[in-house]
Amino acid sequence: MADIAQLEDMVTQVRRDIIRQVHKVNSGHPGGSLGCAEFFVALYQEVMNRKEGFNMNGEGEDLFFLSNGHISPVFYSVLARSGYFPVEELNTFRLLNSRLQGHPTTHEGLPGIRMASGSLGQGISVALGAAATKKLNNDNHLVYALCGDGELQEGQNWEAIMYAAANKVDNIIVSIDLNGQQIDGSTDAVLGMGSIRSKFEAFGWDVLDVKEGNNMSAVIDGLKAAKAKTGNKKPICVLLHTIMGNGVDFMMHTHAWHGKAPNDEQLAIGLAQNAETLGDY
Amino acid sequence: MKTYTNTGNKDTRSGFGAGLEALGKKNENVVALCADLTGSLKMDAFKANHPERFFQVGIAEANMIGMAAGMTIGGKIPFTGTFANFSTGRVYDQIRQSVAYSGKNVKICASHAGITLGEDGATHQILEDIGLMKMLPGMTVINTCDYNQTKAATLAIADYDGPVYLRFGRPKVANFTPENGAFNIGKAVELTEGNDVTIIATGHLVWEALEAAKTLNEAGISAEVINIHTIKPLDANAIIASAQKTGCVVTAEEHNYMGGLGESVARVLAENAPTPQEMVATQDTFGESGTPAQLMEKYGLNAEAIVTAAKKVVARK
Ligand SMILES: Cc1ncc(C[n+]2csc(CCOP(=O)(O)OP(=O)(O)O)c2C)c(N)n1
Repeated sequence: MADIAQLEDMVTQVRRDIIRQVHKVNSGHPGGSLGCAEFFVALYQEVMNRKEGFNMNGEGEDLFFLSNGHISPVFYSVLARSGYFPVEELNTFRLLNSRLQGHPTTHEGLPGIRMASGSLGQGISVALGAAATKKLNNDNHLVYALCGDGELQEGQNWEAIMYAAANKVDNIIVSIDLNGQQIDGSTDAVLGMGSIRSKFEAFGWDVLDVKEGNNMSAVIDGLKAAKAKTGNKKPICVLLHTIMGNGVDFMMHTHAWHGKAPNDEQLAIGLAQNAETLGDY
Repeated sequence: MKTYTNTGNKDTRSGFGAGLEALGKKNENVVALCADLTGSLKMDAFKANHPERFFQVGIAEANMIGMAAGMTIGGKIPFTGTFANFSTGRVYDQIRQSVAYSGKNVKICASHAGITLGEDGATHQILEDIGLMKMLPGMTVINTCDYNQTKAATLAIADYDGPVYLRFGRPKVANFTPENGAFNIGKAVELTEGNDVTIIATGHLVWEALEAAKTLNEAGISAEVINIHTIKPLDANAIIASAQKTGCVVTAEEHNYMGGLGESVARVLAENAPTPQEMVATQDTFGESGTPAQLMEKYGLNAEAIVTAAKKVVARK
């Protein structure tokens, strides 16, 4: 297992990458990205069974699908820092002719991306399909997906959630970014969903909480515990309690930075709070 | 040649917001629904003034369309608001069955249409929505060109009984049509008179068409610019009359050439007055991230592209 301190260093660098990407083009989604930095680093550095290089079919390795595609800055940063493409390419985020589109896409052939996302609510279905193919191919690797909490308001999720339990899809781990925020306000203010845990349980899923979704070892432990539960005729849900905007103090605990870029001064403050650990791109 | 003054760049979505705010005061039956994009759709003022008539449905567009359809039963006039992609493709069958086929008085108001949505990229840049919506029997399809016209259209569709798709955008663009001008659904607006070529434009491309007409005029080509804000029902008479006068047509829209205004115009002309036509539109492609101006240039949707198309079609006469 990797040294936790090293992974935390990567998280700090990923936060710098996130705010630098959105600042440069004055657009993009820093809030949800920052909150999920630990999750992505844990997944790609410690939890997923990955092969060298990128192959669309992903045979013989674990797969990941990002359903809430707007948090592309964290996805791109961790993919680059995990070797899928040069970190310098983060400089092209959202620019014309870039492979780093506003929302992740397969259209430009960016290594690491297997499905376009951005229009919310479609990722769990896609993950279910990929999980079914893994079983048909006798490939016993896992399929991971991440979904926003606001995103769960889309009905398609619940069609997928129902299917997964009814069909005992037990090679899938769906994490929910439970930051309690969406665009128009808190999820409770916009459309309260009550207990998401009870909902998943009522649909027949095995649910785990990661209470400290921004604590590196807690996230790793939670994901490993989830992994240990696979193969038991039940789909697994991880409720990742995160802080929106985590690591940049003025972006924390608010929906205000869901889709807003920092100005020069705000960028400087954010960077001062996150040391350059692995080298800026 | 008649010229138009840009009174200052403004976004068409703010025109929608202003229209909705005015409607809130004017018409008690107007209700608004939004799917977690209140600020982007500029629906905040309506929400603040009439909280009891504002329905936040969360990120659940299919439910929003169904609810809107239901609210018409008993006389409400629902205005739904989300991005164009999530207003159409995402909820096509809900619109088809519960709104269009059931003949319900729902106003589907769609912002961030087309490629000028910009940096968010192709997942959000729908270039197929005009086609989707005009295919639905009984659906009125409107694509406004500037702030003033969007505000006027928002007010006008409340007084019209039937399903409407109102398409507008995100960026700040020239505002040049009259303030508080009349908006006649289904009626073309002739902006400049000309003899050599007819330019039929909709949405953000109308201002580009006017710019193109200036350039063409300097090159000795006199262009008649027609603003088609209502793509369905289409003002066939205005199109036929102008095409017969000039003998050639350019259509311009921020949409795929398949299924858009250009095809509707081509059908009218083929049936009534076959005329050479060039289409300024996207060429059966998805969009991508970039600034609105960069994308308009890359995908051939600006004044320059209209000038090129006009010269080409004049030569085909
Ligand atoms: C189908 C669809 N509807 C609306 C949107 C616009 N949108 C983008 S992100 C978002 C809020 C998502 O909330 P959440 O999943 O909680 O993500 P977070 O704000 O925590 O990053 C909305 C409404 C979209 N991308 N797709």
